[in-house]
Amino acid sequence: MNHPDLALAFIADKPRAKWHDETLWFVRSKRDKAAWQLPEWELLRETAAAIKAHTMSHLADYLEQFESQAQKLGVKVHWANDAAEHNAIVHGILRERGVRKLVKSKSMLTEECHLNPYLERHGIEVVDTDLGERIVQLAGESPSHIVLPAIHKKKEDVGAIFHEHLHTPEGMSDPLFLAEAARQHLRDKFMQADAALTGVNFAVAETGGIVICTNEGNADLGVSLPKIHIACMGIEKLIPRAADLSVFLRLLARSATGQPITTYSSHFHGPMPGGEMHIVLVDNGRTDLLGSDDFRRSLNCIRCGACMNTCPVYRRSGGHSYESTVPGPIGSILAPSRDAKKHGSLPFACSLCGSCTDVCPVKIDIHHQLLTWRKEIAHRGLLPRSKSWGMKVMSRVLRSPRLYAASGWLARKVVPKLPRFMIYNPLNAWGKRRELPEFPRESFREQFERRHGK
Amino acid sequence: MGSRDDILRAVRAQTLPDKPAPSLDQQWIRYDDRRTQFATVLAGVGGRCEFVADGAEAARKLMEHPAYDAAKRVASFVPEITRGNVDLATIGDPHALEDVDFAILRGEIAVAENGAVWVTDAGVRHRALYFITQHLVLVVPASALVDNMPQAYERLQFTGPGYGAFLSGPSKTADIEQSLVIGAHGPRSMTVFCVGD
Repeated sequence: MNHPDLALAFIADKPRAKWHDETLWFVRSKRDKAAWQLPEWELLRETAAAIKAHTMSHLADYLEQFESQAQKLGVKVHWANDAAEHNAIVHGILRERGVRKLVKSKSMLTEECHLNPYLERHGIEVVDTDLGERIVQLAGESPSHIVLPAIHKKKEDVGAIFHEHLHTPEGMSDPLFLAEAARQHLRDKFMQADAALTGVNFAVAETGGIVICTNEGNADLGVSLPKIHIACMGIEKLIPRAADLSVFLRLLARSATGQPITTYSSHFHGPMPGGEMHIVLVDNGRTDLLGSDDFRRSLNCIRCGACMNTCPVYRRSGGHSYESTVPGPIGSILAPSRDAKKHGSLPFACSLCGSCTDVCPVKIDIHHQLLTWRKEIAHRGLLPRSKSWGMKVMSRVLRSPRLYAASGWLARKVVPKLPRFMIYNPLNAWGKRRELPEFPRESFREQFERRHGK
Repeated sequence: MGSRDDILRAVRAQTLPDKPAPSLDQQWIRYDDRRTQFATVLAGVGGRCEFVADGAEAARKLMEHPAYDAAKRVASFVPEITRGNVDLATIGDPHALEDVDFAILRGEIAVAENGAVWVTDAGVRHRALYFITQHLVLVVPASALVDNMPQAYERLQFTGPGYGAFLSGPSKTADIEQSLVIGAHGPRSMTVFCVGD
């Protein structure tokens, strides 16, 4: 399936699609208000982008430094080339220690690696503890947004899911009640867990520490009870110095939800006393991106979700239309890098308005990279025929002034006289849900000649 | 070790032009009235800040907390406010903290910019206490109030194993239709006492 077809299903429910659009725009406007509180906002973005560019230009050194510093703190560091190796490493750690029950806090990397189904196949109970992630996990779905995983669900949906799985009263959809039910349910899971797994927001080369940001406190509660903490991270999460965190923590929550900082910004340096800590460093295609001059900067992403909240296409088509772990504008760069054939429609799910680039806290030139991807997809011969055929025709017409003038004349004279079914039919995607503008009677050239003579 | 070498080799194969690290020594925001800024931002994220002269005043203010009267188990690391009734020295397993109603702990730094308080597990045997308690009270010297995050990091050192966190308000979620709910997994309230001048 491609993005436009999947989006069709999303917009079929008009009130819901409208709610989705307006809610995310509200989050975007909260982001604006938070950014305006800091006169140095643009300087922060530039500094963050510069730190990331610096890190990428010394990434191997920083990875080695991080590894040795983390080892000094008593951390066991693992390396995984791809998703399969990552999953095997995590499962190996759990199996050796006889872990049956695992609590997880949010990690887009483990979504990317499809860790949950892998562990479940091996008989391990995996509980996502972020409320939004727990909702989609119980629903048998994937997150539709990287910061707001269940943004596609209405409270009545959540009520129905909780009624089925947590036995809340039927028809109960009050968010306060449902969140309290989840709290009690997940407290039990926290208390019973044998191990905890988390993602990583930032890893500090200088100190060997990792930083995890949440609002619910689920990562902290999860890793504070059992003895085993496994943290999984892409190699691009590295930053050089602890002081760099001051830049990123000031940007992350403000960009994500408009909060001045996440409720919990936790710095883990080594395991807790008497416990053990593992960090899994994962490549899974990242070194390929690092080698691409066009797309390297997409590795700077700190997963705030601001580009999704602002994107007119994302807001109106929903995260699941992207069929990608990371949806939205940044996901439309990352996904084709993995599989250009499967995700070839994503760079076209974009109006090139550039709003994503304007809000990106690390100044990734998102819409430029999406345009580059379009060229790349055409170059690789992956365009659907509807697009490649149209482009061939356009190319012929635009190269010939006579053809161009003739087709303009034809359009002005003929199209307004055509019966509706010939214009508003399935062949014309531009005629769906909108009327064509009124055609001018004369072209610019005709007007010019009439006024100024030949 | 195979994958480690593969990854490092693949990264080193991409020779990128050297980009210098930027300076973090900039004109970051400062506030004429840090106290008001801190208290306002903390209130905005669902927390509460009280400026008090000493522990005795903090203890009196704590009595006014709507949930404190009914609290059965109180764990305290701040004896000048209360000794509490949970003997933390006897608790070996953090799971035993499950029914703690109030935890009263010390914070090291308060940040005016974002209403966050820096805490660590130094001397706190179980870091779980910060998250498992129903209500959290942090006690910070008023002199440890800084303007912004860069100032906070200037004071922090990460020289050995340990846990530290910026905490800003009670645990919260907006994952059900963006409705804000206070008390997701962790504390249902967060009170910060800034003590002294």
